[in-house]
Amino acid sequence: MNKPKTALDIEKIRSDFPILNEAVNGKSLVYFDNAATTQKPSVVINALTDYYGHYNANIHRGLHALAEKATFAFENSRHSLQRFLNAALVEEIIFTYGTTDGINLVAQTFGRRFLGQGDEIIISTLEHHSNIVPWQMLCEERGCVLRVIPINEQGELRMDEYEKMLSERTKLVSVVHVSNSLGTINPVKTIIEKAHAVGAKVLIDGAQATSHMEVDVQALDCDFYVFSLHKLYGPTGLGVLYGKKAILDAMPPYRGGGEMIKEVTFEKTTYNDLPYKFEAGTPNIADVVAALTAVQYVDELGKTNMAAYENELLRYATEQLGDIDGLRIVGQAAEKISVVSFVLAGIHPQDIGTILDQQGIAIRTGHHCTQPLMNRLGLPSGTARASFAVYNTFAEIDKLVQGIRKVQKMML
Amino acid sequence: MMTINQIQDELIEDFELFDDWETKYEYIIDLGKKLKPLPKELKTDENIIKGCQSQVWLDAKMSDGLLHFDADSEAIIVKGLVSLLLKVLSDQTPEAVASAELYFIEKIGLSSHLAQTRSNGLASMVKQMKNYATAYRVLNSN
Repeated sequence: MNKPKTALDIEKIRSDFPILNEAVNGKSLVYFDNAATTQKPSVVINALTDYYGHYNANIHRGLHALAEKATFAFENSRHSLQRFLNAALVEEIIFTYGTTDGINLVAQTFGRRFLGQGDEIIISTLEHHSNIVPWQMLCEERGCVLRVIPINEQGELRMDEYEKMLSERTKLVSVVHVSNSLGTINPVKTIIEKAHAVGAKVLIDGAQATSHMEVDVQALDCDFYVFSLHKLYGPTGLGVLYGKKAILDAMPPYRGGGEMIKEVTFEKTTYNDLPYKFEAGTPNIADVVAALTAVQYVDELGKTNMAAYENELLRYATEQLGDIDGLRIVGQAAEKISVVSFVLAGIHPQDIGTILDQQGIAIRTGHHCTQPLMNRLGLPSGTARASFAVYNTFAEIDKLVQGIRKVQKMML
Repeated sequence: MMTINQIQDELIEDFELFDDWETKYEYIIDLGKKLKPLPKELKTDENIIKGCQSQVWLDAKMSDGLLHFDADSEAIIVKGLVSLLLKVLSDQTPEAVASAELYFIEKIGLSSHLAQTRSNGLASMVKQMKNYATAYRVLNSN
C-alpha cells in the first residue's frame, strides 16, 4: 500500500474544500489543474459572503461604522501579505488585479520612466506570455532590447549564458520564480545577485511559487515580486505587487483616478503616497478581505509541511507515470515543484485532456501560455500537465495513471 | 440527396445506440482515424483555423452547384467531430448550408466541444463553413 509520509491530515484538508465533492461527468472530481488556479477552502468562501453580508462599504473615506470596519479589514489584509512576503514596509504591498497586471504596472511606470534606446531587459525561455508581451510592448515603444536566457535539456536555465548576457546595458531582469509549464524552480537568489552586480533591477514572477515555498523578499533582495492570490487558495482577480519603497517612490503613477490623489485642481494634481499612488479607483475590497483568510489558511498548514507533502506527490507521480510505455515527462529539472508535464507518443495533448475529462480528471493541455518554450522544446502542440496541490492524494494519482492507460487503449 | 436535417436526425438516432461515453468516443475516434487526411497542398495558411490547443484546416469548393468541404485536424477527437460536420454540411447547396441550424451536436451530447473553452477551432470552423456558403450564394446569384 502506498502511503505518503506527512505531518498533515489530508482527509481533513480535503473536507475544507467543498468543490472536491463535486461530480464531473458522473465521476468524482480529480482536480489536477492547480497551476492554473487552486480551489478555495470554506474559510475563503465564507469570508466573501461575510463581507458582503455584514460590512460591505467603500473604504478609506467613509466616516460611518461599516466603512471603518471594511477599511480595517482591507488594510489588515495588506499587513498579513507584508508578513507573508516578509516585506520591510507595509506600503511596499500594492494590490493589483493579478500577476499580469503587476508586470504591466512595472513595465508601464518603471519601464517607461527609466528604460530607453539600447537598454536591455533580460527574460528567460521559461516565461509565461505575461512576462514576455509587456516587455515586447515596452521595447517597441522605448527602443530597448529583449534578451532571453536559454535552457538546457532538463528545462533549467543556462546560468553560464545568463552571466554572459549581463552588462552595463542591462537595466532589468524579469524572470519567473517557478515555471508554470515544467515546474522548474529557478535559482532566483543568484540571478538577483548577479543582476545587481551590474546595476540592474530585478522583477520576479512568483505566480507559481507562493503556494509551494517560503518567499522572503528581503532575503531574496528582489526589487519587485508579483503574484496572484487565486493560485494561493484565495480569490480570483487579485494580485500583489511588492516593490522596494525607494523604487516605487521614484516611479510615476500608473492609472489616474480616485484614491491615488492627494489634491486635484484643474491646473495640477498631486499624487497620494504609497501604496495608494498605484491603487486608482475603488479596489477589489471583498477579495482583498478574503485573501487574509487564504494566507492564514496556508500559514496554519505551514509551507514546509505543504512542500514536503507535495514533493511526495511529485515523486510518486513521476515514478508511476514513468512506468507508462510511450509516456515522456517533459521538464526534468533537479529542483521542481509538484508539476508533471508529459507527452504520449502518437497522441495529441488535446485528445489526452478530452478523454481524461470524461473520466472526471481535470488536467491542462496545450502550450500553457508559454508558446516560445514549447517551440524551443519542439512541442508546438504543447504538453499535458498535471499539477498538484496540498489536497491531492496518491489515490488520485493512481486514477490519473489508469486514466492515461485508458487514453492509450482508446486512441492507439 | 438527404437534407441537412435528415442527416442530423439520422446521426442522432445512431448516437442513441451508445449507452456510455466510451463507446461514443471510440466511435468518434474511429471517424477521426478514417477521415481522409487533407493533402499537404491544401494545408495552407489560408485554410487554417487556429484554435488555442489544436488547429483545423478547411477547404471549400463548388462542384455541380453543391458546396464541397474537405477538412482535417491534428487532434483525433476534433478530427472525428470534423468528420461529423462534413457529413452534415458537405455536398449541400450553399443556401442550405447558410441557413442550417445545427441541432444534432447538442442532441448527441457533444456541445461542449463546440464551446469557446475547448479552443479547438471547431466553433470557428462552423462559422467559416457558413461564411463560404454565404459567399458562394452571392456569387451564384450574380
